[in-house]
Amino acid sequence: MTYISRFLCAALLLGLSAIACADQLLMIRSSLPFPEAMLALQNAITTRGYKVTRVQNVDQGLSKTGYQTDNYKVVFYGKPEEVAQIAAKHPELIPYLPLNMAIFAEQNSTILVTSHPGELANFFPNPELSAMFMRWEKDLNEIVNEVHEAK
Amino acid sequence: MYKFVIFILLTLAATAQAQAAPDGAKPYARNCAVCHGENGSGGLGIPLSLASFQVTVSNDYLRKTIRLGRPGRVMPPSSLSDVEIEGIVRFIRSWSKEPAPLFSATRIKGDAAHGRQLYAAHCATCHGANGGGGKGTGITFSRPRDLPIMAPALNNSGFLAAATDSMIRTTLMRGREGTPMASFLKNGLKEKDIDDIVSFVRSFEQAPKSGSANLAETEVAVLMMDSPYDLATTIENVKRAAASSNFIFIREQALDFGLVPEGQENPRQHIIYFCSFSMLNQALMTDPRVGLFLPCRITVVEQDGKVKMMAVNPKRLSRIFNNAELSAMCEEMTRHYLAIMEEAAL
Repeated sequence: MTYISRFLCAALLLGLSAIACADQLLMIRSSLPFPEAMLALQNAITTRGYKVTRVQNVDQGLSKTGYQTDNYKVVFYGKPEEVAQIAAKHPELIPYLPLNMAIFAEQNSTILVTSHPGELANFFPNPELSAMFMRWEKDLNEIVNEVHEAK
Repeated sequence: MYKFVIFILLTLAATAQAQAAPDGAKPYARNCAVCHGENGSGGLGIPLSLASFQVTVSNDYLRKTIRLGRPGRVMPPSSLSDVEIEGIVRFIRSWSKEPAPLFSATRIKGDAAHGRQLYAAHCATCHGANGGGGKGTGITFSRPRDLPIMAPALNNSGFLAAATDSMIRTTLMRGREGTPMASFLKNGLKEKDIDDIVSFVRSFEQAPKSGSANLAETEVAVLMMDSPYDLATTIENVKRAAASSNFIFIREQALDFGLVPEGQENPRQHIIYFCSFSMLNQALMTDPRVGLFLPCRITVVEQDGKVKMMAVNPKRLSRIFNNAELSAMCEEMTRHYLAIMEEAAL
């Protein structure tokens, strides 16, 4: 791929992410109740080749210790080869792995929130990593859009 | 190749055109609905469709609020085009049959010293002694809150730039039905008193930068520390150190747990999860978006014979939330992480 096409691809991705969210957090509200939104999220993640590694039940821990809460989970996900490669070549990124997304109920709808993977490019200004951050950004935009549009 | 370039350019042009479309419903749905609700009923953000809100804010107030946001108070500044912002304002107005009010930009000349006394007596309980606003984020999250709406930070530079004196005066006079904001006229204050309060609120512009507008400037994205011990000992040390900092150990897992078949995980990369539920509850009440940090975790890695402890730096990450209250908590969490690592490395 030439430099010009790389530049154009990057511009396209940046353009798309700007549509998705202007600030540094990627957030969407789904009109689906929590269980359906959670299912839609996990489907959207796995459809794009990621594996859901764990669903952390933040709400259960809070309830057990006497605090009031509604559904609140954190979904961890990743790709096996990618995580292995990053851990070997760029161990400084390990604390940010696996990728995660918070999902919580707000009355009858559900909110999804995560950071823009593109933000990691500010934390780790390594040209070798930027293509991967861009890919994550694209995948994540697709994932949240799919959940947003799910009825 | 040229076809590919033309395709990309056309796609970008279409994207730009879509962004400039005057239809406010789409940019609202994309940028605002997640916090303010699809129909403006509120959530993390204030209920924009509330009738008493609609009749006490001007279109210019809405435009400036969208553009400038509220530094340190969750609402981010926007880089949307003027056309899109105009569309959003029109869309927000579509929830009200009342015409948008217009307010004079003329400054009200009241007695700020007297206003200070009145503010302390009538406003400080909700808006804070120095105008810092109510605690927590927006209105109801997913747990009961005492108030249907959090008192805004009157000392916030975004608010002061967006609200004219006349608009603040109108809000004080009429109150906002459906919120704890009562009409000061009905509460017995005179118009002169209200002018004095307005002048005092305006004087926040001269005050040093408020806490709510003061986001932490931070440095590295990763907290990292070498351990003089082997992997297994370091893992046990981290668990013990977390417990001595009043965190409850949740679990230990390989970094690639769930990614590779059970039994084939890399034994040299372990994540230790721990939690303080009181801190967690406080953090979620401060900002329910904080899930990115959850649960608290330190990863212990052995590489080339050396053992390292690593964690995200909450202080650095907190900047993306635009929430000064949360930033303070994240600074505390960074100190906890470092203390745990230091103790584990002793």
